[in-house]
Amino acid sequence: MALIEIRDVRKRYGAHEVLKGIHLDVDRHEVVSLIGASGSGKSTLLRCVNALEAIDGGQIYVDGDLVSGPGVDVDRLRRRVGIVFQSYNLFPHMTVKANIEVGPVHSGGVARPEAAQLAIDLLDRVGLADKADKYPDQLSGGQQQRVAIARALAMRPEAILLDEITSALDPELVAEVLDMVRELALSGMTMILATHEMSFAREVSHRVCFLSEGVLLEQGPPDIIFSDPSEPRTRDFLQRVISAGRL
Amino acid sequence: MTEQIHAGRGDGESSSLPTSRHSPPPASLTRAFTSLTIASLVVIAGWYVFSVAAAQAEAIGSAVRWLCLGAAALSPVLILPPIAALRDSLAARRKWAAGDSATSRIFAAASRGRSLGTFGYLGAYLPVLFIVVVLTANDGAVRTVFLSWDMVTLTFGGILRALMLNVQIAVVSMLIVLVLGLVIAIGRLLPGKPFRPIRALAIAWVDLFRAVPAIILIYLIGFGLPLTGIPVVADQSPVVYAILALALTYSAYVSEVYRAGIETIHPSQVAAGRSLGLSASKTLRIVVLPQAIRRIVPALLTFFVGMQKDTALVGILGLVDAFAQARIYSANYFNLTPVVVVCALFIILTIPQTRLVDGLLARDRRRKES
Repeated sequence: MALIEIRDVRKRYGAHEVLKGIHLDVDRHEVVSLIGASGSGKSTLLRCVNALEAIDGGQIYVDGDLVSGPGVDVDRLRRRVGIVFQSYNLFPHMTVKANIEVGPVHSGGVARPEAAQLAIDLLDRVGLADKADKYPDQLSGGQQQRVAIARALAMRPEAILLDEITSALDPELVAEVLDMVRELALSGMTMILATHEMSFAREVSHRVCFLSEGVLLEQGPPDIIFSDPSEPRTRDFLQRVISAGRL
Repeated sequence: MTEQIHAGRGDGESSSLPTSRHSPPPASLTRAFTSLTIASLVVIAGWYVFSVAAAQAEAIGSAVRWLCLGAAALSPVLILPPIAALRDSLAARRKWAAGDSATSRIFAAASRGRSLGTFGYLGAYLPVLFIVVVLTANDGAVRTVFLSWDMVTLTFGGILRALMLNVQIAVVSMLIVLVLGLVIAIGRLLPGKPFRPIRALAIAWVDLFRAVPAIILIYLIGFGLPLTGIPVVADQSPVVYAILALALTYSAYVSEVYRAGIETIHPSQVAAGRSLGLSASKTLRIVVLPQAIRRIVPALLTFFVGMQKDTALVGILGLVDAFAQARIYSANYFNLTPVVVVCALFIILTIPQTRLVDGLLARDRRRKES
């Protein structure tokens, strides 16, 4: 059974339908990339999976458990499925270490000393052990995003959603963040990533999904999608990406 | 006139000059003359005013007299900047005629700067002069009515003791307001249909207590509640009623400050908190409020200072606060110096608070940057 099952999910903002019935299954240890133009619904889909947006139709299951609709403990869902945002969204009034500890302590029921050790281990893992007592504003964008990844990992989630996590970064800082994601993929973390980094998506993901205007138009192994897509609109999109020099 | 000829030189009569293709320096001569004229007039006025003040000051003490004489003697210093402006302007003219357009422009710009600076000095000097005129008018009547040193020494101790009541009322009220204001702000921001009555209540509270003048609320509560005869409610001291009335008024203001602060925190911060599995209330407490409160500390202080001043209204309940005490002295001695003493005490009370808050905020910023 798939870890995350997305069944006919619909989302509208007023009259504008952003997701028009999305079906997607993500297996444990699988890395799935969502590609598509801005406004195609990639980010919205991720935010729906994390219940940051309520869905207007369909169901979402995590490990067979229905996690959409009324009466669901969204906090419990979010402990199981983490998310990393495009603009990092670190807490500016807390040190880097405190940013990582806050989830385990206040949501995960982890004792403070244990959470402190966990934070140190995670900072070590993302290569920022020396920044533990700094504040987010004192870090580069790439470093902040690595802290944000560590903060999501601190909840020991079963899956992580990455919402265009390199889009706000200067080009020279993208690599350090992608290295982290690559390492996560190798460690077997289940991930869904919305991304504009086509070559990275091709390299790291087991499956690539192309979204267009709220519809999951085409999905398959990266080699097929990137070299021989069957949908004309996928071809158009990739053609534009290539002519922009991004693939 | 001079300036026009000066400026015209670039394209008119002397087009054979090497500077003809260069842009002329900005006009500076008229300005320099104007500033010199005005500065001279002000210096004469200042010299006269301070001489009169010095003559009057013989009655007060030699220190004040020497101060006035010193000010009169120093007044002519004010014409130095416009003289320098004039010198630079003339230098600009010479350089332009010599074909050195760049140096000419530098001198002209310096001259204009000095002329402007003259007006700056005059703008600061004239109010001082005005105050001295007011204090010396009618043979120093203003001074003796408002600023009698004998009255200060006579009444200062009594007023300072009475001021403790103002401080007590302000501190207790503010502690209540800081909690109550936050509760109202949160009540107003609670989302969804179930909380609609709470939101309505919070809005009504703010509308009501922000609209009613503090002095009327103090009057209503301070004289009204004792008349109700309800046990406990009717048996409090006027100090308690004063604290209650001020707390009600200021809780309305401060809740709006809290609300504004909370609303400045970007929704992405809430999303980040919630995405870690924090509940809505924990996200508010751990993520939103600490950031919001840092931003509103200066505004909170403004209202705290406002409340300290409004403690002077409690005199209508018969309480003898600093202002009431000063009014008693003033009525006894036909002199308003005690009331000026109250003003001075409020100022002395307020300034350290402002500096403290500025210092705390600066420390917070430094910690995040270094």
